[in-house]
Amino acid sequence: MLELINIRKSLGGQEVLRGVNLKVGPAEKVVVIGRSGCGKSVMLKHIMGLLKPDAGQVIFEGTQLTALGEEAWNPYRRKIGMLFQGAALFDSLSVFDNLAFPLREEGEKNEKVLREKVAEALKIVSLGGTEEKMPAELSGGMKKRAALARAIIRKPDLMMYDEPTTGLDPIVADSINRLILHLGKMFGMASIVVTHDMTSARMVGDRIAYLHEGKIYYEGTPEQVDRCEDPLVRDFVRGHAPGIDVTG
Amino acid sequence: MERVINLVGQVGGIFTHSCRTAGGVFLLLADTIRTMFRYRLRWDQLLEQMYFIGIRSQVVVLTTGAFTGAVFAAQVWFQFKRFGMESAIGPTVSIAMCRELGPVLCSLLLAGRVGAAMAAELSSMKITEQVDALRALGVYPTEYLIVPRFLALVISAPVLTGMALVTGIGVGYFVAVQIFGVDGAYYWDNTIKYTDRKDVLIALIKAVIFGVIIAAIACHKGMNCPPGTAGVGKTTTEAVVNASLAVLITNFFLTVLLNAILYSN
Repeated sequence: MLELINIRKSLGGQEVLRGVNLKVGPAEKVVVIGRSGCGKSVMLKHIMGLLKPDAGQVIFEGTQLTALGEEAWNPYRRKIGMLFQGAALFDSLSVFDNLAFPLREEGEKNEKVLREKVAEALKIVSLGGTEEKMPAELSGGMKKRAALARAIIRKPDLMMYDEPTTGLDPIVADSINRLILHLGKMFGMASIVVTHDMTSARMVGDRIAYLHEGKIYYEGTPEQVDRCEDPLVRDFVRGHAPGIDVTG
Repeated sequence: MERVINLVGQVGGIFTHSCRTAGGVFLLLADTIRTMFRYRLRWDQLLEQMYFIGIRSQVVVLTTGAFTGAVFAAQVWFQFKRFGMESAIGPTVSIAMCRELGPVLCSLLLAGRVGAAMAAELSSMKITEQVDALRALGVYPTEYLIVPRFLALVISAPVLTGMALVTGIGVGYFVAVQIFGVDGAYYWDNTIKYTDRKDVLIALIKAVIFGVIIAAIACHKGMNCPPGTAGVGKTTTEAVVNASLAVLITNFFLTVLLNAILYSN
């Protein structure tokens, strides 16, 4: 379904991605883990066409997307949903208008149809009845769920989650993880989840890829990652900072 | 020697930064004009922006126009009465308002009020990934965010300038005639006699061009905001300062150019 081939990208004079290779199959859930600033979000932005790689290819459903211009990307963007790290709801629009936005852009004008589809998407993320609220009135977890509802309202083939549980309390984070699993089952969509929350990674991933120094350093099932003896992967998975001893 | 090298380096840095910014503004302007003809216009967005820019700016623009006309009429009366030239106050106020004070002051106010709001709103959207979200949903940000703001400002600026002119000239008349006792008939007669329609045309042309400049600079700043909330403040300040300076500098060249074109015979 999706293949990244040798993606390279420099930002501000620093090479962030140094040849990322990754494959995602239909309905597969791949979790990308890695330390802060290692380029996980940058990688997602390449898949969505928000950034152009300096070198390499993004192949989605057999089409090489990197060669496409801004407008030619749009049909493919409609098949890919993305949950942004900060939710990225349009703060001048109500929850209803946020969710109806992608449908209106596709030409849906019938208000009754829009109401039904928005209500259905909000019900899936357990946010029924919040249509008239503004994003500023929602909590962090509710914002993420509303943004998730907006991303899935067009039923994409591939769903990308950028740090879906960051900044949320464990209970809300768990509900988001369950939602990711539920959506995968419900729509049969493939997922890429970028996170450094290992609980989330183990829970939602069929496969985990560890991004380190701009490359996929290690790939395996959650069990393989837990058993991996490579010091870099082991330290990350166990949350251990090598060489720092503050016990005294 | 090292100081000289550092100084040259700093001057060079400022120069290249200015060139890069100016290039960015022109590219955004070209993209905006191209997008205007390529995509359908979002009327709801345009009307919303026109309400914010055109309607909500009226009080501040009218107040500025009124008091500028009042002060200018008073100052001119203090000087002209020494030479017995009170009847020339009308055309002096009217021509000064049309050619310079009206469009320049109105544009500076728009740079402060509207330019700041545009830059702050766009930069907030940029740093909270709302601009990326638009693209992810298949919407071209220039079409959705820039074109309505650009058009609203370019349409509203000459209308607001026209209102400021009428108010300034009207209040100037009130101050000169009602407060300082200048003959009203002479005042109007001379105002109409010596104020050419070209003077009004200069005001409106300047207002349109200043509108383009303010919108382009504010939108460019907003869409290129550095990350973080500090970036929003910096961007907003820079947008207002750069737009105001650009208006004042462009005004000189426009004055020379428009006089050369319109009064060449």
